[in-house]
Order: sequence, then C-alpha cells, then structure tokens
Amino acid sequence: MNTALSWIKAYVPDLDVTAQEYTDAMTLTGTKVEGYERLDKNLEKIVVGQIKSIERHPDADKLIVCQVDVGTETLQIVTGAPNVKVGDKVPVVLDGGKVAGGHDGGPLPEDGISIKKGKLRGVESCGMMCSIEELGSSRDMYPDAPESGIYILPEDAQVGADAVEVLGLHDVVFEYEITSNRVDCYSVIGIAREAAATFRKPFVPPVIKETGNNEDIHDLLKVRVENPELCPRYCARMVKNIKLAPSPQWMQRRLAASGIRPINNIVDITNYIMEEYGQPMHAFDYDLLAGHEIVVKCAQDGDEFQTLDGQIRKLDHNVLMINDGEKEVGIAGIMGGENSKITDDVKTMVFECACFDGTNIRLSAKRVGLRTDASGKYEKGLDPNTAMEAVNRACQLIEELGAGEVVGGVIDICAGLKEPKRIPFQPDRINQLLGTDISKETMLSYFAPLEIGYDSEREELIAPTWRQDLERGADIAEEVARFYGYDKIPTTLPTGEATTGKLSYKLRIEEKAREIAEFCGFSQAMTYSFESPKVFDRLLIPEDSKLRQTVVISNPLGEDFSVMRTLPLNGMLTSLSTNYNRRNKDVRLYELANIYLPKSLPLTELPEERMQWVLGMYGEGDFFTMKGVIEEFFEAVGMKGRVHYDPQCDHPYLHPGRKADIIYDGVTVGYLGEIHPDVADQYKIGEKVYIGVIDMPAMIPLTTFDRKYTGLAKFPAVSRDLSMVVPKEILAGQIEDMIVQRSGKILESCQLFDIYEGSQIAEGYKSMAYSITFRAQDHTLEEKEITSVMNKILNGLKGMGIELRA
Amino acid sequence: MKEQLEKIKSEALSRMEAAGSLDSLNEIRVAYLGKKGELTSVLKGMKDVAPEDRPKVGQMVNEVRELLESKLEETKAALMKKAREEQMEKEVIDVTLPAKKIRMGHSHPNSIALSELERIFVGMGYEVVEGPEVEYDLYNFEKLNIPKGHPARDEQDTFYINDRILLRSQTSPVQVRVMETKKPPIRIIAPGRVFRSDAVDATHSPSFHQIEGLVIDRNITFADLKGTLQEFAKELFGPETKVKFRPHHFPFTEPSAEVDVSCFKCGGKGCRFCKGSGWIEILGCGMVHPRVLEMCDIDPEEYSGFAFGIGLERIALLKYEIDDMRLLYENDIRFLKQF
Repeated sequence: MNTALSWIKAYVPDLDVTAQEYTDAMTLTGTKVEGYERLDKNLEKIVVGQIKSIERHPDADKLIVCQVDVGTETLQIVTGAPNVKVGDKVPVVLDGGKVAGGHDGGPLPEDGISIKKGKLRGVESCGMMCSIEELGSSRDMYPDAPESGIYILPEDAQVGADAVEVLGLHDVVFEYEITSNRVDCYSVIGIAREAAATFRKPFVPPVIKETGNNEDIHDLLKVRVENPELCPRYCARMVKNIKLAPSPQWMQRRLAASGIRPINNIVDITNYIMEEYGQPMHAFDYDLLAGHEIVVKCAQDGDEFQTLDGQIRKLDHNVLMINDGEKEVGIAGIMGGENSKITDDVKTMVFECACFDGTNIRLSAKRVGLRTDASGKYEKGLDPNTAMEAVNRACQLIEELGAGEVVGGVIDICAGLKEPKRIPFQPDRINQLLGTDISKETMLSYFAPLEIGYDSEREELIAPTWRQDLERGADIAEEVARFYGYDKIPTTLPTGEATTGKLSYKLRIEEKAREIAEFCGFSQAMTYSFESPKVFDRLLIPEDSKLRQTVVISNPLGEDFSVMRTLPLNGMLTSLSTNYNRRNKDVRLYELANIYLPKSLPLTELPEERMQWVLGMYGEGDFFTMKGVIEEFFEAVGMKGRVHYDPQCDHPYLHPGRKADIIYDGVTVGYLGEIHPDVADQYKIGEKVYIGVIDMPAMIPLTTFDRKYTGLAKFPAVSRDLSMVVPKEILAGQIEDMIVQRSGKILESCQLFDIYEGSQIAEGYKSMAYSITFRAQDHTLEEKEITSVMNKILNGLKGMGIELRA
Repeated sequence: MKEQLEKIKSEALSRMEAAGSLDSLNEIRVAYLGKKGELTSVLKGMKDVAPEDRPKVGQMVNEVRELLESKLEETKAALMKKAREEQMEKEVIDVTLPAKKIRMGHSHPNSIALSELERIFVGMGYEVVEGPEVEYDLYNFEKLNIPKGHPARDEQDTFYINDRILLRSQTSPVQVRVMETKKPPIRIIAPGRVFRSDAVDATHSPSFHQIEGLVIDRNITFADLKGTLQEFAKELFGPETKVKFRPHHFPFTEPSAEVDVSCFKCGGKGCRFCKGSGWIEILGCGMVHPRVLEMCDIDPEEYSGFAFGIGLERIALLKYEIDDMRLLYENDIRFLKQF
C-alpha cells in the first residue's frame, strides 16, 4: 500500500516529522514502512513564471525566445516547446537549479539534471521552462499536462512562488507492508489512526455530513440479497444529474501518489473511498439496470459474463454476482460488467458499497482468473460496519465536488452488524507474558488513541469492530508491547527447570556419515526431493517396479518436479553430470536426504521417509575406493564385524558385473556399484561413475558409539602365506568366509596380497595369495595348534576345488 | 724404540690429518692400531726390551696409543659431521613446490550454517528434533491457528498431495508434534526441509530449509524471547551485533515479531549489503498463541512459551555472501570447495 504523507497529515494535522523519523517510528509500532520516495527529489530552484512575450528565434525555426517574469526579475528563456502562449504561468527552473528528469520521460537519473545559463543557437537562455516529465512525474498522474510541452500551471498561481509547492510535489510517498491481520490498515484512515497513536497526536478523521435531496432512493431502486452469508451487507445510494469532469487537483494528487491514475470525478471518488476507507465501491449506470433493481445472487454453472475490461469470464455456481431485474451486471467484489458501466453519457448512477465474504471473493477471483484492487481488499475480510460510512462519505464528496445531485436516503440490506468484542483486561497477565512492569494506566493510555474502549466496572476492553485481530488477552498484550516499544522490553533468559541440549541418535550417526564422507574427499550436495516421473526410465527401472509407486504432488511446478523421489540417485547423477559437463575433474559428492515410500496409494497416511546416505563419484578411484569409504564409516559407528557383499542383487541402474548389496549381520543396509553405462549415457557422463547408498534406518540399529578396550597383544603372532590356484567363479569373499569360519578365535587377520590372471595360469582360473595371521590373547601359539588350523583351512580349500601352488 | 714410536706417531697423525673419508680413516686405524698394526707390533717387540726398561716403554706405547685413539675419534667426528652436511646439502628441496594434500571433501554451506546454529542452541539446552517432510494439513496449518480459508494459506504457496496431506511449507508443524507428545519444559529446535511453490530464481527455491525453535515452560516471557535471540545473534554474527525486534504478524504467535540484526558488513552504518538501512532481517518469532497451546492440550493459563523460525538458506547466503540461491542446489564442486 502506497500513500502520500500529505494525506495522512490531513487526518493527523499536528504530525511534524521527517520521512526517516516517520519510517522508523511507524515500523516499530507495527505499520512497517518498506520505503519512501520524495516527490520533490532533485527539484531545486523551480518557481512560477509568467510568459510576458514570445519572439521567434532568429536562427532556428523550431525555437522561440520568451521573456518570463519570475517575480524578482524577468528572464529570457529559449524553448522548443510548441504549447506556450503569452500570459501562461509555467514552472521555471532558474540558473543553478535542478530538475528530476529529461523531457522524454525516461528513467530518472539518480542525481537529477542541473540547469545552467547558456546560449541556444546564439541566443542567451537563463533557465528552463519545465514539462511534467522533467518534474519527475507523468501525464498518468497529471492528466491535464500536454502530450509534449511545458506544463501550464493554474491561473491563480502566484508568480515567483515555489512551483513545486503549487504542483503539490513537496510530499513523500510511503510504501507500507501491512500484515494480513490488520485489514483496517489497508486504508488511509487506518494508517492515520496508527500514526496518531504512534506520535501521540490527535486523530481527526473526516466528518461526514448528511447528504441528499428530498427524494427517497427506496422509490427509485429495489435491492435484494439472496445469499446473505456471502454478502453480509449491501448499501446503495443514488446520484442524479451527474456532471462528469476532472476531479480537483488535491484529489488527483492523492490518488496519483497512491498509484491510481485520475480519470474523472465519479471514478476518482470511488477510488478515493477505496483508499481512504479501504472499502471498494462500484458505480452502475441506473438507466442500464433493467427493472431498476439489484439482486445479489450466485451465478449458474456455465454462465458467461463480459467484465468492463471487455473480457469474457466463465462462471460457476460459487461465484457471487450482482444482477439487475433481468441479467448479470457485475461480479460481486471483483469487477463490474460491460453492460452497466458508467459512460460519458451517464445521467443517474447507483453507488454500491457492500461487504462480501472474503474467502468467497478470494476463491472466485481465482476461479474467474481476475484479481483486482477491489477483490484484493475484500478477500481480507472487511468490516460490514464501514460500508455505510463509506457510501455517505462518497456522496459527501459528490456534493463537495459538484459532481451531481445526491438522492436522499440509503438502501441498507444488512444481515447483522458486527458487535464490538469485549476482552477481559488483565494488566498482570500482560506484564507476566511480556516480562514487563507496565502500569494499568499506561496501558490504558495506549488503548485510547486506538479507540479501544474500557469498561472499568467489568474490567473489560471493547475492541472496535474494524480490529478483527483483537480477540483475547494475548492480542491485547501485543497492543501494549508495540506502543510500550518492543525495544524497551527487557532481555532475559528463560529460567526454570534445566534441559539437556542434544542431538538425537539418528542425527549423531548422520553427523558421523558426513565426517567420514568429507574425510574421504566427498563434498556435500543438496538436491530436490521431487523429480520427474521420467527419472525411472532413465534409471532403467522396470514398468512394474514398486519404486514407480510414488507420492505425487497435485499442484507441482511442472512435471519435472512432480513426484517425490523413491530412489536417491537422480539428484546425485544430475549433480555429477553438471560437474562433468563443466569439466570439473575427479568429483566426489555425497548427500543425506530422504526418499518417500507410500504405504498405500492413493495416499491415506503419511509415506515412510527413509534417510539415505548417497555417495557418488567419477574420476580417480574405483569400486573398491567406494567400498573403502563405506567400511570406514561402518568402523566409525561401531560396526566392526565382517561386511558381506552380495553380487546377486537387483539394482538395474548398476553395471551387472560390478554391483553388490551390502549386508551386515544378515541385514541388507545398502548397495554399491558402478553406474550402468546406459544410465551414465542418459546423464551424459563420459566416465565410469561409482555410487554407494546406505539406507540409514536399516543401519542405525546396528550401530553403537560404545567402545571397549581389549588389551594390546602380549604374545607373538604367527603368519602363514597361502598361494593358490582358484576357479575363476569363486569369490574372494567365499574364501575369506571359509578361512574365518575354520580358524576360530586365533585368527587375527587374513589379507589378500596378490591376485593374478593370465599366462602361466590355466584358463578359467586365477592365482590368489593370502597372508593369514594367528595370535592367541593368553599364550604363545604352539606349532601344533597352527598346524591343526591350517589343515582345516587346506581341507576347506580342497573342498572348494582350490589347489595350492607349488 | 723411542724414535720408532715418534715416527709412528707423527706418521699416523699426519695421515689422519689428510684422511678424506671415514673409510680411509678406518684404514689408518687398522694400519696402526689393528691386530697387525704398527703400534701393535711395537708391543709385540717388547719381549726384546730389557725388563727394567719395559714399564717405561709400555707407558710410552700407551701414551702414543691413547693419543692416536683420541685423535682418531676426533677426526671421525669431524668427518661424520662433514659427511652429514654434504648429505643435507644434496637434500635441499624447493619448499615452494606444490603440497601433497589429502583431498578432503567440504560441507555444504547450509550444513555449516546449520551446525553453527545447532551448536549455539544445544549449548543453551535445546534438543534437536525432526518431523516429517510430507505432513498432514492438520499439523502444517489447522493446529497452527491457520484454518481453511485463512489468507496465510495463500501467502505460503503450498504443494498439496491431496486434501489432507501436503509438503510442509514450514517447520512449525514440528512444534505441534512436540507439544502433543512431550510435557513442558520443552526446549527444542527442529531443522529441516520445507517446500513452497516458488519458481527457481536467484532468491527463490521450491525447496529450502528452516529451523524452528520452541520453548514452553511456566513463566516464559517475551523478554526471555528477546534475550534468547539476542544471545543467538551475538554468537552467530559476533559480539558487537545489535538486535532489533519489530512487531509483525504470524497466525501461531501473539505477540509476534520480526528480528533484524545490525548489518555485519558495515556495522550498522548502512551499505549496499543492507540496502543502506544498517539492518538485516533474519527471522520471525513470537509468543506461542494461546489457541495453539490449547489445541495441543497445554493450558495457556499455566504455561507460556515462545517460538521462532529461521531460514537457513538466508543465513547461509548472508554469512557467506552468496548472491544466487541456485548455486546451493547445483552442487558444482568449485562452489562447494569454497566452504
């Protein structure tokens, strides 16, 4: 909401503050000023001048030489403007002064434009006459300005006076951010009331006088409301013998400063009331209303209606309409119809000033696809009590401006006025909530300017009806806080029972995962939780896979962001792809984020959210690098047992010969592998990509931060090396499992130190060499113990078809 | 005999003097002091010396031996020192050659900011809790005093799954979940992902992070809220930081406030960073609305509390002077490596 300071001052006449003071103080009492703009910025030494004579320029056809009386002297000014004549009063910038912009009305330079004495085609020119654009404004705001040329000031302007003053440009326009609970502050009166309370100055709202001739509107117009729940109040008044004309300068200036283009007196008055009271109005041409009747009722499904902007709108039964005796003439609260709009020929009109249900207007505006200034006000939920005052104020302006003859009486269809709310006044509770010690009297002194009443007998406060945000004690506490000053409330720390600050166990494990990943060279990525359903095709997920059963967003930003991921890979691969595409080398990323698995579809309960730790890399490193990272992590979270890797696993997005499920203690806790080359192609990554995924909920029960010291070995270790020829299909893991199983307690380690395939080894076989170390905790191992274990191992090897190498 | 010893002595000494290496020194030791060395053979010749002269000659021989041995040690030490120096000279390296780094990974700036915040609040006795990202409308709105038709629902363009289920648009539903399951005193922070239907640009993302804070106990005041957030701001942005509370409106707090901190770039004088105002808005907060407490079966007559919500990306962008939010979700390694 934008409003000129001069308009606020009209209702708070004693207000005398700088723009910055106003900004700071209003913001601290809750009417946030987002910024302000001085209308007289860069307008210096500009006075009213009167043209005494005009001569042609001796050397230029398009220039004229004017003698201009500026009060103190008469200046010679050369201009190219075509519109001036002798006797005109014009804004003149004197030598050494400044204007805001150029005559073309382009963007205003930050420091304005300085004007100096000079010669134009050899003739001296001692200043400049100004167009409205040079004064930093536009024809939208000053409709009386010529299309091109000098702005002509009113005849009563005093020669030599400050022209900026005459133009009403010594003003500041403030931009407010009004919070949705303060509907009353979407109006000049509401803001002025806050300003008066903030600066403790008297608030002087407009005094509304009785208006109207001795006719009675009830004899001329019938109004019926069929949906009172959607239209709690409908007030109508009439004006006849309308004389359309421009509205006066002061009204034009105020509207212009609010960003509303002045049009004519009637339109301007409705807009003026909308700004002043926050109450939208509409004017119908009385002679176009069939049956001289207004009926407020909902549209029929399938109705079409042409709004006054010429567009055809599709309606349904939820949209509240204004009808005459035969047809629809306006969409309630949104926009009037082409068929009843005020034209230059209007003789008699009906002023509508109604209160419509905010939610319905909001939804209708969406349905119809038309959000207007009016609907923006209505959708916040207006106070029905304001309507009457506003329509009377409009009629008062009609009379003041001589825009027509107001018909006596007012039609008021009202489903019931709002009663002021009574709230118990408990100063102690307020102080207790705020942590302050403010006296009851001080509190009451804050309420009076806000027109919050006080019933001392019942110890109750009475909230005015426009303050629908005031409902209970906490709301009153806020009123006290903002006028006492948030800045004056002390700062303390909560007392009471101590609580232990901590991370949940899950978060501690995640923290460890981050630590290990980063130690191993992986940087943390963050990607979106929603993605395209096409991702499943890209990842080679079969049509009937459960992974394709997703939580679907009903109003996504687009198909690419429409399903909640059931797999954590797309974000990772997309990020790796971005890096690859940008020629970043050796990239390692990880992410900790949820996948979302619906329990049933359509969704009736929340999906299962499973935290996934995803690692991805290309460049330096291979499958076993990834495996190493995972095992480092397992060790760090107390999983010190043997990890099993099962290549007989699913995961169609992985290379069939380079993938494994990760199994710990019989539980599948994740998988790793090389990304299938077809998938890598889809993501346009031209290198081998390795990924590892840990399903945190499966893993967390297996983790522990408990550590127990087991004494350092006191007795010597014995090592035996085994070099063997192994059928190719036997996995190292199978050999190690057998060794572990057959060695019992005395096995300390079993380390593969050589693996070889090729010449000297028969086709279908590989050579492998293990170093096996034994140690007992309580004695020095004897040869026979070792021999016995080694024999078991050798038997085991034989059983697997493995022969020792000579 | 005496002349012979003198000769041996002077010869040996001069050879030692000339010795250029440990090896040649060793040769000299063998030649004079070894089993077959010259001095040894002098001793062997003692049997030819008259018995009465033997002690005297023996003493002379020993004197020469001691002298030679000590000279030998001395020379050896000198040669070793020289050899070490030569070796070190050969080992001079160019210390400006590139380092061999362990290539560590980097935390995401969001994560660093979050850890910082968690550290501060955990230190103040707050427990870090989480809530679901796909959430019921009931928790995201209804129980936060935002009934159907409330304009605040439009302000936060929400992604819906169906009528009852949505992607949470704020971390505030975690407040409700905690209050429903825990008895006061409650002190929690709840960080997490939230979603709003904003198209991606330099300052918007449909997915971002918030941190919710909630304290419920007897006698919790607005002054406590101010004190807590002031401490927090000083911890996060430095001890000189000033904090300003401005009235604002949130449906689930009353009174409500927005909090500005003095610009940490210019110290509050006004610069481009703070758009000349000297202040930077960082969070919203307020006293938990009594209606919200009631809906969670907490008696507002007995308990009060405060809540606050911080945009994590906002903090990260401010602290690290990142000018485009899209960078946070692109994961370009050249970006991540800077944190």
